[in-house]
Amino acid sequence: MTRYIIRRLIVSVPVVFAIVLFTFAVVHALPGGPFSNVGEKAMPEQMRIIMERRFGLDQPLYIQFWNYLKMLARGDLGPMMRMRSQTVNDIVAQTWPVSIQLGSLAVFLAFAIGVPAGIFAALRRNSWVDYTATFVAVLGVSINNIVLGPLLILIFGVWLKVLPIAFWGAEPPWVLGFLPKPTWQFWTHAVLPVFTLGTAMSASIARLTRASLLEVLMSDYIRTARAKGLKERTVIIRHALKNSLIPVATILGPLLAGVLTGTFVVEQIFALNGMGRQFLMSIEQREYFLLSSLTLIFSIMLVLGNLFVDIVYAWLDPRIRYD
Amino acid sequence: MSSNNGSKKDVLLEVKGLKMYFPITKGIIIQKKIADVKAVDGISFNIKHGETLGLVGESGCGKSTTGRAILQLYRPTAGSVRFEGKELTEMKGETLRRQRREMQMIFQDPYASLNPRLTVGNIVGEPLEVHKLASGKERQERVQELLKLVGLNPYFVNRYPHEFSGGQRQRIGIARSLAVNPKFIVADEPISALDVSIQAQIVNLLEDLQANLGLTYLFIAHDLSMVRHISDRIAVMYLGKLVELTDHITLYEDPLHPYTQALLSAVPIPDPYIEEKRQRIVLEGDVPSPTNPPSGCNFRTRCPRVMDICAEKDPEWKNMGTPENEHWVACHLY
Repeated sequence: MTRYIIRRLIVSVPVVFAIVLFTFAVVHALPGGPFSNVGEKAMPEQMRIIMERRFGLDQPLYIQFWNYLKMLARGDLGPMMRMRSQTVNDIVAQTWPVSIQLGSLAVFLAFAIGVPAGIFAALRRNSWVDYTATFVAVLGVSINNIVLGPLLILIFGVWLKVLPIAFWGAEPPWVLGFLPKPTWQFWTHAVLPVFTLGTAMSASIARLTRASLLEVLMSDYIRTARAKGLKERTVIIRHALKNSLIPVATILGPLLAGVLTGTFVVEQIFALNGMGRQFLMSIEQREYFLLSSLTLIFSIMLVLGNLFVDIVYAWLDPRIRYD
Repeated sequence: MSSNNGSKKDVLLEVKGLKMYFPITKGIIIQKKIADVKAVDGISFNIKHGETLGLVGESGCGKSTTGRAILQLYRPTAGSVRFEGKELTEMKGETLRRQRREMQMIFQDPYASLNPRLTVGNIVGEPLEVHKLASGKERQERVQELLKLVGLNPYFVNRYPHEFSGGQRQRIGIARSLAVNPKFIVADEPISALDVSIQAQIVNLLEDLQANLGLTYLFIAHDLSMVRHISDRIAVMYLGKLVELTDHITLYEDPLHPYTQALLSAVPIPDPYIEEKRQRIVLEGDVPSPTNPPSGCNFRTRCPRVMDICAEKDPEWKNMGTPENEHWVACHLY
């Protein structure tokens, strides 16, 4: 297993490299640059040339990329070109924890709601419970973040006035570098964005769990388990559930990717200072270093997430062995 | 062995008028029953202590359903199943769960009937734990003993089912069913999914186990020569009903029911001179649908010796042999 993990990590280096190279090239191909338009007034020509020279933007692209790689090798994610009081490292240290907290809470919520709902629907198949769960699930999958977020803000923030509608309820310094202090303020602020991000996921997990559990419950080895004289609860928990979670684990990979892109939208809606929001900002303002470095971090997270899914997969299904 | 009025003391299992119907429903919100699949339609027989009763019939005639309904894996629609005088059809929940210790099943498909997520040790050992027979080290020893008993290497306990061949998996299934020391085992086509060379091994294993452990089998199969080899008595089933039941020698030498005769005429004989003279009785048409079986005798639509009465009256299930040497048949010819 260890050898497999190491091999996977080595293989993912060229993948990550290709992603960063591609992003670097595309963002530089965008018209304009970080200094072409500041606010209302255009920067004087001489100033712009000086500034661009200072960040090496006057050099050919391959040299710029090479310099960027050398920076990365030193652990430097690059400078901020327009807000020079901060570096990219500072921005990442502030915003990465917010996105991670939002994303993991959303995934957790998705499983905490989706799996039990799916089990419940499967065990009461073709009952009103099942139909209601399926209806809610279809609704959850169909409603986009962009609709759900403002809708929740309208209902719980504006009409009912029970939950805060913007900002993340925790700030640096983070516990252990990325964990929030679990204050009341943190939880109340987390509710709406986490629900917005997690609902669609929980709906698809519920539907998948239901379908897969139903299939497993029909299988021969469940009959074997019943013939052994096991209690129905043992049959479901020990024999059916783990087997039925194998397909659910499969969609965990695409889900993680969905969470990453979902944070772009949700952070924007709720004005959270997370990586997704910084990412959008970096495109607008042509913060080349910030954009490339965030892409690097997103792709590393995605690669690690998929590796994690494969490990979970092997744990769930003993027929899968990576060696 | 309490009730049953002291008579027929050697009877282990008594099946009377067993019916298993599966409803066909229609409608989206309000489901209405429109018909029944009459998988098992009123069958009666006894199984004695230590004997093997073979149950044969073509695919879809209700053999497996009979086995499952006896063990209450399906709840029978009607009829009675008495195991050592205790009525199984009225048992439920905890009582039925405990009763499963006495009666086990070997399943047809060794590939699908073992949970792929459990090790062999857990598959075989789990019944020991739920019936509180052994746990911890004792359980481990018992599992290894069982594996040895069915001819598997006891070091296989930590392996998973997919690491075994079909024959080995069927042995795991057998070890699992033996774990709780049952008295009665329903073997549901235990060899159909296996290679011919392995079939013989498994049948021999089942016979050895019966001799050593005093087991009683209901052996469900469609391979007539294998059934003849292993069974003491054989019941022939057609479209949810028994047509004939007698000891294995009489059945093959003097079959009474036209269906049994047709079935036996299809068995090839491994002797070229006799084989040449073998007359096949070829049945015309298909098996009727169990949803809407023919009136009177089930078999009349395909019977080569059909009479007028067959369409009107259900043939009686009667003993044509002697009280010691029973030969039950359901046919208007007799």
